[in-house]
Amino acid sequence: MNQAHEQATLLQVEGVSLAFGGIKALRGVSLSAREGGITAVIGPNGAGKTSLFNTISGFYKPQEGRIRFEGRDITREPPARRAAMGLARTFQNVALFRGMTVLDNIKLGGHSRLATNPLSALWYLGAPRREEEALRSEIEREVIDFLEIDHIRHQGVASLPYGMQKRVELARALAMRPKVLMLDEPVAGMNREETEDMARFILDIQEERGITVLLIEHDMGLVMDIANHVAVLNFGEVIGQGTPAEVRANPEVVRAYLGVAGAPSSGAAAGATAEVLS
Amino acid sequence: MSAGFDWIALTEFAAIGLLSGGLLALIALGFVLIYKGTGVINFAMGEFMMLGAYFFYTANVLWGLPTWLALALTLAAVALAAALIERALLRPLSGQPVISVLMATIGLASALHGGVDAIWGGNNYEMPALLPRKPFTPGDILIPGQIVWSFALAAVVIAAFTLYFRFSKTGIAMRAAASDPLTAYVLGIDVRRTQALTWIFAGMVGAVAGIVVASMTSLSPALGGAALGVLAVIILGGLDSIAGAIVAGLIVGLIESLTAGYLGGKVRDIVPYAIVLVILLIRPYGLFGTRQIERL
Repeated sequence: MNQAHEQATLLQVEGVSLAFGGIKALRGVSLSAREGGITAVIGPNGAGKTSLFNTISGFYKPQEGRIRFEGRDITREPPARRAAMGLARTFQNVALFRGMTVLDNIKLGGHSRLATNPLSALWYLGAPRREEEALRSEIEREVIDFLEIDHIRHQGVASLPYGMQKRVELARALAMRPKVLMLDEPVAGMNREETEDMARFILDIQEERGITVLLIEHDMGLVMDIANHVAVLNFGEVIGQGTPAEVRANPEVVRAYLGVAGAPSSGAAAGATAEVLS
Repeated sequence: MSAGFDWIALTEFAAIGLLSGGLLALIALGFVLIYKGTGVINFAMGEFMMLGAYFFYTANVLWGLPTWLALALTLAAVALAAALIERALLRPLSGQPVISVLMATIGLASALHGGVDAIWGGNNYEMPALLPRKPFTPGDILIPGQIVWSFALAAVVIAAFTLYFRFSKTGIAMRAAASDPLTAYVLGIDVRRTQALTWIFAGMVGAVAGIVVASMTSLSPALGGAALGVLAVIILGGLDSIAGAIVAGLIVGLIESLTAGYLGGKVRDIVPYAIVLVILLIRPYGLFGTRQIERL
C-alpha cells in the first residue's frame, strides 16, 4: 500500500482471537505499530478496541495468535515483564492511585526501572539513594516540565480536574520511558482546549522522543490530524486499515460507522460519513 | 462512696486503658495490612501471634539464646512461615470467592493451633518478662511499667510501618498494588511479590505482638484466641484503615479498662462489643473505613 509499510514494526499483533465464553471479542486481528509513528485504532463502541489493548498489555491471554514486541513473541509474558520491556499504557477511565500525590503517582511509573528490594529504605545512603535521585531529576526534567504540570506535583490526584488527571496518567506512562505508548481514549471527555493540549503533547512525544504511539480514540478530528496509520475494528475484526485518507474512503468503514446494511455507495451515506470521519 | 467521685481512680483506669490500646492497635495493624493488601480477612492472625511467641520461647528459653538473637530468629522464622503460607495456600485461591478464602484462613488457624499443641503441648509456659516492670507514677496514679513499654513498642512499630508505606519505594508500590492491582501490574509492579510481602509484614507484626502479650501473661495455645477479640477493633476502625486501627485500638482499650474497673472483669468482655455494635449501626463501614467495602 503506502510507504509506511516498509518501516520497521515495533509491535505486531498477529491473528489474535479472544473469546469470553461464547462472546468473540477479537477475531483474527492483525495490525502493527510502526516504529516512531502514531497508529490509531478506531471503531464503534464494543468493537473490541479495549480488549485488544488488554491483550497487548497481557491482561488477557488470546486463544489464538501472537503478540510480538521488537520481534520477540511476548504472548505469554506477564504484564509486569512487558512493562519492563518498554510497553506503557493509559486507561480509558483514569487509573491513578487516588490516595497519592501527583509526584508519587508519576514516580511509580519509574518503579520498574529501579532495583527494588524491600529493605532498600534501610541503607538509604548508598546506591539506592543515588539511583532514586537520578530518577527523580530525570522525571522532573523529562516528564513534569515537559507536560507542564510542575505547579500541581504535590497535590493529591483526586482533587485535580479530569483533564489534568489524564495528563498525570500520561506523565506516569512517560516516566516508564516506554518504547511503545498505548493511549486508550486520551481525549475522551475533554473540552476543546484540553484536547488541543493533549494532541500537542502526543505529537511532541512522537516527534521529539521517537516513541511509538498506539492510540484508541473516538475523536475523529484528532485521529485524522495526528495519526499516520489507522486500523478500523468492528465486531472484533479489522475491517480496514491504511492512511487516514484511505480509511475515510473505505466503503466497509463507511458502512460500519453508519450501520447501513448493504448500501455503502449511496451518495448521502458517503457524504454523512465523510462528515463523521472528518 | 460518700466522699465524692474518685477522680484519681478514673484517671488511672483511663490511662491504663489508652496505653493497653496500643497493643490492640498493633494486632489490628496485622489484620489491616492483609485486608488492605490482599482483600482477605486473616482469621489466623492470632495463630501468627502464637507461633511467634512459641518460636521466641524455644529460642530464648529452651535454647538459651540471647534475647536479641532469639527475636531476630523468631522474626525470620515467622516471615518464612508467612511467605510459605501465602505461596501454598492463598495464591492458589486468588480469584476464588471471598468466603472460600476466609474459610481457608480459618482452616489455617486450626492447623497452626493443632501443630503448636502437638509440638509444644497444651501446657502453660512462663515467658521471661521482656519489658521493664518498674511502674510509672505520674501524679497520684500508678501505671504498671509493662503497659507503658508495650504501648511505646507498639507506637514505634506502627510509626515505622507508616513511614515505610509513605516514603519507601517498596512501600509506595505496595500501596499502589493494594489500591489497584491491575494498574500496578501495567506499571511493572510485581503484584504477587507485594502480596507475599504483605503477608510477611503482617506475620512479623503478629509475632511481635504475640511475644509481648505472652511475656505479660503466659504462653499457651489459648494465645491464638487473643486476636479474635481484636476483630471488634478492626471492624470499628474500618478494615482498611491504619489510622482507624490506631484510634479504635485506643477506644476499645479505654472501654475495656473502664468497664473492668467499674463493672468488674466479666463485663469487660461484653461492653466493648456492645458499643462497637451500636457504632456500627450508625457507621456500618467503621469509623475510618472505605464506604463501599464488602461486609461479611
